[in-house]
Amino acid sequence: MSKKYQVTTTVNGDDYDFLCEPQQTLLDVLRDELTLTGTKEGCATGDCGACSVIVDGRLQCACLMLAVEAGGKKIETIEGMADDDELHPLQRKFLELNGLQCGICTPGFLIAAKALLERNPDPSESEVRYWLAGNLCRCTGYDKIIRSVLAAAKEMRGA
Amino acid sequence: MATILEKPGFNPDRKYKVIGTSPVKHDGFDKVTGRAKFAADIFLPGQLVGKFLRSPHAHAVIKKIDVSKAEKLPGVKAVVTRDDFPECKPGSGAGDMTRMVMAREKAYWVGHPVAAVAATSESIAKKALKLIKVQYEVLPFVIDEVEAMKPGAPILHDYLRTKGVTGPDADKKTNVVERLELAQGDVAAGFAEADVIVERSFDTKPMHQGYIEPQSCVASYSDDGQVDLWCCTQAPFVYRDRLTEILKIDSSKIRIQQSELGGGFGGKTTFYAEPVAIVLAKKAKRPVKMTLTRSEVLQGTGPVSGTHSRIKMGCKKDGTIVAADSELIFQTGPYTGSAFLNAPQAMLTRYDIRNIRTIAHEVVSNRPKVSSFRAPCVPQIVFGVEGVINEMAKKIGMDPLDFRLKNAIAEGHKTIYGQVFDRIGFVETIEAAKACDHYRSPVPAGQGRGIACGFWFNRGGETAGSMQLAPDGTVTISLGTADVAGSRMSMAMMAAEEFGIPVDRIRAVLADTNSLGFNRVTAGSRTTFSSGMIVVDSARKIIGELCRRAAKIWNVPEEAVTFEDGHCRPAGQNAGDFAPLSMKDIASKTTPTMGAISGHSEMNVTGAGPGFAVHIVDVEVDKETGLVGVKRYTIVEDAGKAISPAQVEGQFQGAAVQGIGWALNEEYIFGADGKMQNPSFLDYRMPVASDVPMIDTIIV
Repeated sequence: MSKKYQVTTTVNGDDYDFLCEPQQTLLDVLRDELTLTGTKEGCATGDCGACSVIVDGRLQCACLMLAVEAGGKKIETIEGMADDDELHPLQRKFLELNGLQCGICTPGFLIAAKALLERNPDPSESEVRYWLAGNLCRCTGYDKIIRSVLAAAKEMRGA
Repeated sequence: MATILEKPGFNPDRKYKVIGTSPVKHDGFDKVTGRAKFAADIFLPGQLVGKFLRSPHAHAVIKKIDVSKAEKLPGVKAVVTRDDFPECKPGSGAGDMTRMVMAREKAYWVGHPVAAVAATSESIAKKALKLIKVQYEVLPFVIDEVEAMKPGAPILHDYLRTKGVTGPDADKKTNVVERLELAQGDVAAGFAEADVIVERSFDTKPMHQGYIEPQSCVASYSDDGQVDLWCCTQAPFVYRDRLTEILKIDSSKIRIQQSELGGGFGGKTTFYAEPVAIVLAKKAKRPVKMTLTRSEVLQGTGPVSGTHSRIKMGCKKDGTIVAADSELIFQTGPYTGSAFLNAPQAMLTRYDIRNIRTIAHEVVSNRPKVSSFRAPCVPQIVFGVEGVINEMAKKIGMDPLDFRLKNAIAEGHKTIYGQVFDRIGFVETIEAAKACDHYRSPVPAGQGRGIACGFWFNRGGETAGSMQLAPDGTVTISLGTADVAGSRMSMAMMAAEEFGIPVDRIRAVLADTNSLGFNRVTAGSRTTFSSGMIVVDSARKIIGELCRRAAKIWNVPEEAVTFEDGHCRPAGQNAGDFAPLSMKDIASKTTPTMGAISGHSEMNVTGAGPGFAVHIVDVEVDKETGLVGVKRYTIVEDAGKAISPAQVEGQFQGAAVQGIGWALNEEYIFGADGKMQNPSFLDYRMPVASDVPMIDTIIV
């Protein structure tokens, strides 16, 4: 049995303590130890964005961060995106405008889009496309995802 | 043969209330909140982690596998190899299947599984893999399909003889599985009439389906031999029947529950890890989860056939196509099963050509076994056909869409495979393309415009489902087909339409294989149509039953009851003066009227209408770097009746971007060592959002 490390962290505002092996990633721990399976694994090499999470306000592939590095950090995942019973405007627009098909990439896109709109509330289509270029979707051809993000941005601006 | 279309009451001009709208998908809520359970999200108490050991050689005899050290590693609960799988005859369907999931005599490609372990953690499982010693006798290998056809090429299977070859070559060892010739008319006479002949050769590379969810499954095996399997699949019933074939377990003892499916596109019609997880679970006496890594997905699961084709076509000055002569070669990987027969049937079907000859070959070589993808084996060849057609149109100075209109098939056309078409929409699709803003706009300076058309049969086939009416008047639909991108919602909409109740009163669920009769694979554009037939038929059975119950409650003859907008009503003034009974009114009083109300339906669905497509694309080439930029893209497709137009648009758009990836970026690259050189999403580059524009759609 390899040595395990104790890590204390915050996920979606809740405190968590977990034990992990040194090679385990934040993604491994979120999914397998904390059973927060909304964050998806598509490649585990940082190429598909399905495991996008926000760590201390910064967009991050959970598969590219070791779990031991999560100590003392504030982590946001898809499970914390809706506010109590109210869906986040991005979640609502993805539903209304068919921004999802199979849904496996959807949590990653939503988290990445949230990080974008926190920095740039009024992105152009091109800015949305380039910001989300780290997230792969094989079903939609991106059209309805981009439209969903632009529509959510507009609604959040109160425009 | 009886289909709902032939039953009284089907009216193609019916005005719909729910169908044709695009309500929010019921399964969408869980998908935007992270609650949706995909296969890798399923955890069973005590589950182990399963991992594969894969061949580092493209072609090698497996002399000996020593697992003794791996078995002794603490935390390892089972190690399995070929010895743990029942023997199935080499070259048979089951023989190929079992050898693909676990190599027996030989390893046939880099990535071919040769052993698997189940352990209490991933790190222990990985350590155990390193302790397995495999003795190989390395053999010469062949990757390229054209090389594999040449005399002297390394032979994969000693038993293989080419199907369709007679004479002295009939008994030669070969890598060519089949030579198929499909012909009609007289090709030589046709070309003699031609004013213009164009002949070109095309190579297409294998691409991967590229679903973002790697295959994952959890298997449990009870002491009395009951298998429970959770997995992401397009074909739960087909998996079950094939598991019965290769593992020799009764189908009644295999319960498969499909999870949410994170993309499939044809690639999840075949199992990989599932049989191995079952055998590991049996040996370990604990549930086993196996999830493939991305590199395993690319190297171990089916990509699409790469092809080599030569296409020769001739036309008259007025645009009439007079002949087409083609030779096609398809990769299949080490085992047959590429679905290459689709190509000679579909490649030209949309044009009225009297004289056709197509010779198609399927060839084995040392690469991963291919799997289905978006009209399996057809786009690779249509790409060439449409290129030749564009060139012919240019040579005679005709507009490319007018050229296609001149040759377009219509109702009554008899296809080369014998089907006579009923009402079809190819002419309407071309006309809609000609009329669209994109086609009428001039090509911007510095850009080029491409046109291509396509055809797909669309399928029906064996389908079974059931429908339950709950005492509160709501309805559950149990489906045996998979939901690849929203079919549960389409089914709920069709049921809502039949019952005349809001779609929110209906939920469709994916049933397990113990709950329904056999369902064919969800592929070939068959599910919305076939399961839709089941839904409509089941709903009508429930409506019939509701009317019988109402007649009983009112004590009137059944004919005196009619059903409309979710209520049983007296059929006319003579039927009596009764207040309408809602579905809830009747369903909540089932005790005195003979118990629960449900409907079920099993059919071999027929009557699917074919689909036709015209795509228009404007591209710009960076003259310094060669980078191709897609600037504008319009899809015009005949979709039949679009149940949920937004979902149909999404299907069009996603498929088009897959096509862009295939045309511009994606391919399998093999090194001199026989290994795939780009087994990651970094090096196997699928289109990202910044690579493509908005994709315009027109549903015909």
